[in-house]
Amino acid sequence: MSVPRMTRRRFLRRAALPTIAASLGLGEPRLSAAAAAVASITVLPAQGPGAIPVALTVNGRVYELRIEPRVTLLDTLRERLALTGTKKGCDQGTCGACTVLVDGRRTNACLTLAVMVQGKAVTTIEGLADGNRLHPMQAAFIEHDGFQCGYCTPGQILSAVALLSEKRPTDEASVREWMSGNICRCGAYPNIVAAVRSVAGQNA
Amino acid sequence: MSGLVGAPIDRVDGRLKVTGAATYSAEVQVPGLVYGVMVLSTVASGSVARVDADAARKAPGVIEVMTSANAPRVDTKGTGGGDRTLMALQDDTVRYDRQPVAVVVADTFERAVDAASLVRVRYVRAPAATSFEREPDYQPQSALGADRHKGDAQAALAQAAVKIDQTYVVPAEHHNPMEPHATVAHWEGDRLTVYDATQGIMQARRKLAAAFGVPETNVRVISKFIGGGFGGKGSLWPHAVLAAMAAKLVDRPVKIVLSRPQMFGSVGFRPHTMQRVALGAARDGRLTSIIHQSSAQTSVFDEFIAGTGMLSTVLYGTPNLLVTHRLRKLNAATPTFMRAPGEACGSFALESAMDELAYATGIDPVQLRLINDTNTDAEGRPFSSRSLRECLRVAAERFGWSRRDPRPASMRDGRLLVGLGMAAATYPTHRSAAAALVQVRADGSVVVRSSGVDIGTGAYTVFTQVAAEQLGLPVERVTMELGDSTYPNAPNAGGSQLTASAGSAIKLAALDARAKLLALAGGNAALLRGGPEAIAALVQRAGVAAVEGTSDAKPGEEQKTFAQHAFGAQFVEVRVDADLGTVRVVRFVNAFACGRILNEKTAKSQYLGGAVWGIGMALLEHTRFDERSGRIMNANLAEYLVPVNADVPAVESIIVPEDDPHVNELGVKGIGEIGIVGAAAAVANAVYHATGKRVRDLPITPEKLLA
Repeated sequence: MSVPRMTRRRFLRRAALPTIAASLGLGEPRLSAAAAAVASITVLPAQGPGAIPVALTVNGRVYELRIEPRVTLLDTLRERLALTGTKKGCDQGTCGACTVLVDGRRTNACLTLAVMVQGKAVTTIEGLADGNRLHPMQAAFIEHDGFQCGYCTPGQILSAVALLSEKRPTDEASVREWMSGNICRCGAYPNIVAAVRSVAGQNA
Repeated sequence: MSGLVGAPIDRVDGRLKVTGAATYSAEVQVPGLVYGVMVLSTVASGSVARVDADAARKAPGVIEVMTSANAPRVDTKGTGGGDRTLMALQDDTVRYDRQPVAVVVADTFERAVDAASLVRVRYVRAPAATSFEREPDYQPQSALGADRHKGDAQAALAQAAVKIDQTYVVPAEHHNPMEPHATVAHWEGDRLTVYDATQGIMQARRKLAAAFGVPETNVRVISKFIGGGFGGKGSLWPHAVLAAMAAKLVDRPVKIVLSRPQMFGSVGFRPHTMQRVALGAARDGRLTSIIHQSSAQTSVFDEFIAGTGMLSTVLYGTPNLLVTHRLRKLNAATPTFMRAPGEACGSFALESAMDELAYATGIDPVQLRLINDTNTDAEGRPFSSRSLRECLRVAAERFGWSRRDPRPASMRDGRLLVGLGMAAATYPTHRSAAAALVQVRADGSVVVRSSGVDIGTGAYTVFTQVAAEQLGLPVERVTMELGDSTYPNAPNAGGSQLTASAGSAIKLAALDARAKLLALAGGNAALLRGGPEAIAALVQRAGVAAVEGTSDAKPGEEQKTFAQHAFGAQFVEVRVDADLGTVRVVRFVNAFACGRILNEKTAKSQYLGGAVWGIGMALLEHTRFDERSGRIMNANLAEYLVPVNADVPAVESIIVPEDDPHVNELGVKGIGEIGIVGAAAAVANAVYHATGKRVRDLPITPEKLLA
């Protein structure tokens, strides 16, 4: 298969072709049965370099690996480093399940390429406890039952840890607002707020 | 835990979940694993004319592209209930938007996603049934499809002094558990191991064995942790079969994880449901007639029916009743169970109508429900226990219902309108056959096994408590093992039945083990009260590795003798901005009587979750189908809205103690679903109280209040 090299201009020119507009249903909303129209999506092959060396510092440990530049931090953690505590909920930056700390700042690992965090310190849920001693936020989530299925929990906890280091106000309404980037479908929200505020109280 | 409300101990799996050590299906480490990515149809009806996979096959890292041309043959015809007919590349017909049409298998996830985007599919479109309004009703042949009659509901309605006759609509909604459906499938010869995000290990095993024509014992299904199910993971879906097919085709373990947009594909949803509820009453508020007729969507190739009107046979007494269920076939995926299927929708209609009746009669909504309380269901069976009155009383008092001025739009908080609304709730107590194994080991530790799944409800925790209580041991001594089809049989974690079923089996197995220990102790019960060391000594003296208790627990005659249901009450306060049409729930108080509660903490979390789901159902959730194409337009969490933290106020849940000696060995009624029942109606009723606007089609979005 010969693949034409794709430039931005060339992509835009081809994207403007009417066949694509029609295939996306933009021009012809309802096709009659008689027309029995053949619809197709024209997809252009992606291009990119192969694997490159990448060095990551995760939970204080340095990992050296070869990955394609398009690999997200999330998939690097989960699929290459077996650090599966960081969860994939949407892969679109809408749910917060993949929240990790990058140099202490909460970050959606699904919207971050691994190559972007070289030279920075990544903290995942696996790096939060001090050996067997849970981080106070982890302990508070257990005590206040701040989760049910547990899938959003690592992201919630890291978001909560960052929230406190951001020196946000910790009244109920503020915590709700600043924790709203992390969806919990089980609906543990009030318990999450209670957990966060209990740790904030300890720190005060 | 000897009382009616069990100790609020922390979740025994809490530490695993807060440290990231709990392993979900997509996270198992299997050597040689490769990645499958599905290509889904972009039309709702028609056929696949051609799949051009040449470019994909030549893309780096691609191992195989599976289409109908090279897919292994499987039998995926459903047998009813939760066993669904699945579209798994066995023909070229397209029956719904996002139906799988190919699976790309590659050595990395990125390469599989990339190659999947290179697959070109040509379709021949056919006319699609995409409009619920235009499709005709049909009467399903299943048990729920049968009409329920009592007296003459139509005549009684015609003669009633006060009448309400309205239509209520609940749109399609998707479960959207945080963990996407995921399957890792691995063949060793003709033996298949599947790690699947499922609520039903044994059902998944049956389905996979039937699909591939192998004995059930050749299939092992494992699901140690699942990231939320809510009914969506209560059936085995196409991706799981496709993963096993692909694994066979490439002769390597294959993992398929659904993307969030794919979560709006083949994995079920709450069907669009239209309901007519007509109430006839005397001037004193006593009901003389209830008519509850629902129509819901199903697919063109399979049938799902929820008992939408069934709560109308239970919640209130009436001499005349008519309940019917009809379906309409659409070119959409097959709907499925979603948290309180039936009751969640049905209660929105019935409890909205009851609020309308309260206004029509001038009777307080709580009082109206008390007036119509009943001691029997529509078939005349007595309830095994029924604490609706008590739930209404304690929740109303805690909520401060007496401060409510019933006149619509009469209460204000600054420029915001204040609304107070309420609704009643009920959910049936289900139970299925289950077995369990309790091993008391020579070191005084206990291992308990059941193939049930903890979907976040707290099964690991409450089952640990049950076994520890029966054996008189501290919970720390008990290890609960769930989620493996090699463990004793348990039903789906669905229908709020797992604790009633597997929990009862665990109690009986623990009692069996205790009886064997007692025999070893020569009948000296005092020896069993000596703690782990004394029990360990008994096992050691017997010279066995473990004393094993087993059980085979099943429902009995009590299922026919009694109507078995949990009851509850929901109270909601809202603030409505009349200029913007925005609604905020600011307070939520609910009370439930669900038999014995095994763990106060995890139980309240179930009620809380139900309230949050009710808020979502009332104000946010709506899967939007484009009627022109049959395609879903908001297949992501940016456009399909679920409640976030800022949407949820403090929720206060009251446990009403209830002793039910009839339902099962544990006296539990199930708590996972009742929390959402009536919740959306309570919000809608509060919105009416705040604004005088009765919204009968969910969700209650600003444009409906501004209209």
